[in-house]
Amino acid sequence: MNENYNISSSPHIRDKVTSSNIMLFVVIALLQATIFGVFNFGMSALINVVLTTATAVLAEYVYEKLMKKPVTIRDFSAVVTGLLLALNLPPTLPYWMGPLGAVFAIIVVKQLFGGLGQNFMNPALAARCFLLISFTGKMTYFVYDGVTGATPLAELKAGGVVNTMDMLIGNVRGTIGETSVIAIMIGAIFLLLMGVIDLRIPGTYLVTFVIFITIFGGHGIDAQYITAHLCGGGIMLGAWFMATDYVTSPITKTGQIVYGICLGVLTGLFRLFGGSAEGVSYAIIFSNLLVPLIERITLPKPFGKGGEK
Amino acid sequence: MGKYAERLYNGIIKENPTFVLVLGMCPTLAVTTSAINGVGMGLSTTAVLVMSNMLISMLRKVIPDSVRMPAFIVVVASFVTIVQFLLQGFVPSLYDSLGLYIPLIVVNCIILGRAESYASKNPVVLSIFDGIGMGLGFTLALTLIGMFREIIGAGKIFGFQILGDWYTPITIFVLAPGALFVLGFMTAIQNAIANKKGKPRKDTFGDCGAGCANCSNSTCSGRFLTEEPEEKKETVKEVKSAKTAEKE
Repeated sequence: MNENYNISSSPHIRDKVTSSNIMLFVVIALLQATIFGVFNFGMSALINVVLTTATAVLAEYVYEKLMKKPVTIRDFSAVVTGLLLALNLPPTLPYWMGPLGAVFAIIVVKQLFGGLGQNFMNPALAARCFLLISFTGKMTYFVYDGVTGATPLAELKAGGVVNTMDMLIGNVRGTIGETSVIAIMIGAIFLLLMGVIDLRIPGTYLVTFVIFITIFGGHGIDAQYITAHLCGGGIMLGAWFMATDYVTSPITKTGQIVYGICLGVLTGLFRLFGGSAEGVSYAIIFSNLLVPLIERITLPKPFGKGGEK
Repeated sequence: MGKYAERLYNGIIKENPTFVLVLGMCPTLAVTTSAINGVGMGLSTTAVLVMSNMLISMLRKVIPDSVRMPAFIVVVASFVTIVQFLLQGFVPSLYDSLGLYIPLIVVNCIILGRAESYASKNPVVLSIFDGIGMGLGFTLALTLIGMFREIIGAGKIFGFQILGDWYTPITIFVLAPGALFVLGFMTAIQNAIANKKGKPRKDTFGDCGAGCANCSNSTCSGRFLTEEPEEKKETVKEVKSAKTAEKE
């Protein structure tokens, strides 16, 4: 039979973009923040990043070999998970904790639910929360330039004054990859230009968050306070790199806006009224769980089916 | 295997209330923060289960069908009250750590489920053995979960420190999420073992022997080949009946 007469089901037009392309772009975009973190916090940060990322890939490989599934480490998704997790860890963490989190992220959160595309929440963030609950002391122990202390966000919550310029550049205490807003923004702009992410989720997230902080923060329209909240903690890393994860964010356009609003309100709620100073990771995994519901109510009607009744 | 031993085997392994029937999740997840709590909860439930199974089986011809549920609950609640006072009097420390979950044994699905699906239809001695089997199965499951959570989450087992100072406890395992992780993993392991033991499937369609590739029956889409063995279907049905009982 002539090949032209072959019958196949949709999709009929395929883009050249593959999962590995997209994941590679994300890795490249994350490199600025990683390099800055290593430069800022020294060798221990580098060792943590390398060990965590390597373990994530290894865990994926070993699990897929054992379960006799096709090995998917070449699509870089495990690298992204490992790297994102590492960027969310404090630089002084004992070297075995990051890899433990990576194993949890890959095996429990990702592979047990069916691998790439099936996980119901962001593996890196779930692992971070796993570590945060398990080793609260170590996970909230921050050192910068040899001085131990609170993160700028915790100081802000306690009513202290913070240096916004330092927070923008990243010369503050925090996790390996979250401190430098500039480094993160370079990566984010790269992803925006490459079309990997769009503004819908991060945009609504940050705008909602700013509105929430302005209304409930108790400082009114105080540019310094709002900037400090935007530059402090993991909100930039979360908004641009983790909330936009394809698997755990809604597909529909309206859904993405609802999702962004959810994220903004939850983050503000956790930061202002919660027990700890930071709430981005909990806000994101909580909103991840809402995604199936959001998609369900924002599902567009097929052409011809949505008429008046 | 005698029919009494069969009841024990059924309760402990084949229809383990926690890992196979997935009943009584509330105490399973809530009290298994340590092995000793698991044993305590398991044995208290066993005591109530055996006695309620016995009494309900004795009364099965007297209790009218339309009011059987209230009748069962009255019987179960009486025994729970007895067990509660005994625990409070003789092992106050265990009583304190189990707390609210002792009175909650009244509404434990395992007890009502067994009363509804077994004791109310079978003779007394068999019902007692069913209660012992189910109770021991529950105790075993709770103890296993409790042991794992205690070792990983605190480095201890039955309160004794077995892992040295080098071990950093992974605290999440003694908190609520840890219970779900351990339960999930244990159920998965149990399923992996049980599936291996299952009988080889019977091909219900003649051409299935060589797989779907050579088969001309396009309407089947692999269903005949993956048909579950009959024995398993029965288990599923029993599980379902137990679950309907629980809902009522």
